[in-house]
Amino acid sequence: MSASRHTRSASLNGWAFIAPAMVLLGVFMAFPILWSLWMSFQTGKGMNFKFGGMANIVRLTKDPVFLHALTNTLTFLVVQVPIMLTLALLFAVALNDAKLRGRAFLRTAIFLPCVTSLVAYSILFKSMFAGDGVVNDALLAMHIISTPIPWLTEPFWAKIVIIMAITWRWTGYNMIFYLAALQNIDRSIYEAARIDGVPAWARFVHLTVPMLKPVILFTTVTSTIGTLQLFDEVNNITASGGNGGQPSDATLTLSLYIYNLTFKFMPNFGYASTVSYVIVVLVAVLSALQFWVARERRK
Amino acid sequence: MNPITLLSRGLVYLALGIAAFVSVFPFYWMVVGATNTSNDINIGKATFGSSLSQNVTNFFAQVDVPLVFYNSAKLAILGTVFTLIVSSLAGYGFEIFRSRTRERIFAVLLLLLSIPFAAMMVPLFMLMARLGLMNTYAAIILPSVASIFIIFYFRQSTKAFPAELRDAARIDGLKEWQIFFYIYVPVMRSTYAAATIIIFMANWNAYLWPLLVIQTEEKKTITLVISSLASAYTPDFGVVMVGTVLATLPTILVFFFLQRRFVEGMLGSVK
Repeated sequence: MSASRHTRSASLNGWAFIAPAMVLLGVFMAFPILWSLWMSFQTGKGMNFKFGGMANIVRLTKDPVFLHALTNTLTFLVVQVPIMLTLALLFAVALNDAKLRGRAFLRTAIFLPCVTSLVAYSILFKSMFAGDGVVNDALLAMHIISTPIPWLTEPFWAKIVIIMAITWRWTGYNMIFYLAALQNIDRSIYEAARIDGVPAWARFVHLTVPMLKPVILFTTVTSTIGTLQLFDEVNNITASGGNGGQPSDATLTLSLYIYNLTFKFMPNFGYASTVSYVIVVLVAVLSALQFWVARERRK
Repeated sequence: MNPITLLSRGLVYLALGIAAFVSVFPFYWMVVGATNTSNDINIGKATFGSSLSQNVTNFFAQVDVPLVFYNSAKLAILGTVFTLIVSSLAGYGFEIFRSRTRERIFAVLLLLLSIPFAAMMVPLFMLMARLGLMNTYAAIILPSVASIFIIFYFRQSTKAFPAELRDAARIDGLKEWQIFFYIYVPVMRSTYAAATIIIFMANWNAYLWPLLVIQTEEKKTITLVISSLASAYTPDFGVVMVGTVLATLPTILVFFFLQRRFVEGMLGSVK
């Protein structure tokens, strides 16, 4: 077999292995993304489109519901992602200690929320945080509060419930990534630091965090994307199956607004596509920012 | 052990204990809820009641349980099998047969990975309508079969697949597809197990896209059914809890059966 024939067959094999995936991604991903970009410049309701130029973008800036959804989504992002990732990292470091007893049990327990469907756990949270529900009962019994908290009816508390719910569902998931990365770190580095008298918190800040930086970046980017797409939880906990983010739109997110624009009201595909590209731009800008913050600084 | 170490140990156990309790409590709440009346759940009764058989009877009266489970299982199993085949083939292909063009395609895929589903939801809906696939499981499964995340995962894991095995198989005259199916797949079973958990759960729990595609009652999955039960004007939470228990059981079983493989697979992909 000549060298050139060999490389040609390798090349053919290379294309054959990836072909099914490439065709599917082209038809069901790349094509819809481009179509959506084209539609974001169209105006009109239902199936009557006409080219609107910047009309949709101008409409965004004057649309109070959109601005509300944007603010809510960014609030969830800025508050929830740092809390969740910090917890996940601390749990991972604690569980990575070989001397800790009951490690397997604790790890499984904290990971367990990940097996629930977003709908199932949303329903559980909705019932636990009901006005006379079990959470208020417990807090009253422990004398932490003196009157029940209106979790699902007050805008502020509704946001808190959503944040707690997402944190419950995803902390263990992110913890597994940190645990996996921690197991690859050479233990002798820690031993050396410990013998040199470096305290535990300094080992965490100056050894663990820098060595986990690639994984922290990965989880930050994926969590950002996840939070920007928030839909199932708000639709099932506070919007009671799609009534538009009650109480008074306190938990309306961008994805829920796109859903409402497309499938609840008189469909406006063009404007819905414009709102969806706001998410794309946010993901792109925030990911770039996160990569920039985490870049290797040359001295 | 000096007092400070003892104290910090204690704090670590306390924090992890609280985290474990908070993580597990909603599962307990769900099981207890299935035995209580809707009213008891609403007033926060956290002890076992005696309404389990009543709730189960009501649930089976309101929902065609065998059909709904058959739908969910069909969707999750077909989705998992096709995703495993298509995406692992691609991940293997990208890693084993490298070329400049394919590296560029792979870089584009990683960029696409960050584009949210919302950005393609509307055109995807219109595309399925034009293809006449509305209200079919094909419309639900097709967009997720080539998963960039799973392709990426398999490519990373393939780096650990011993080159000697492949070379020996080539010398023995096996064709490339034979090497893949007869050698790679069995050797990489931890990776497949981890991917199975991730894909099965995603398919079983899928909500937004099936909500748009499925339009008739007899095609609804368990996830769609419990969502609509819970969003009724006055939901019967006892019945809803029976539904959530049944909806969660399969994913818990898959997780516990494949758990060790799952952790191995995750570790393998990060190395």
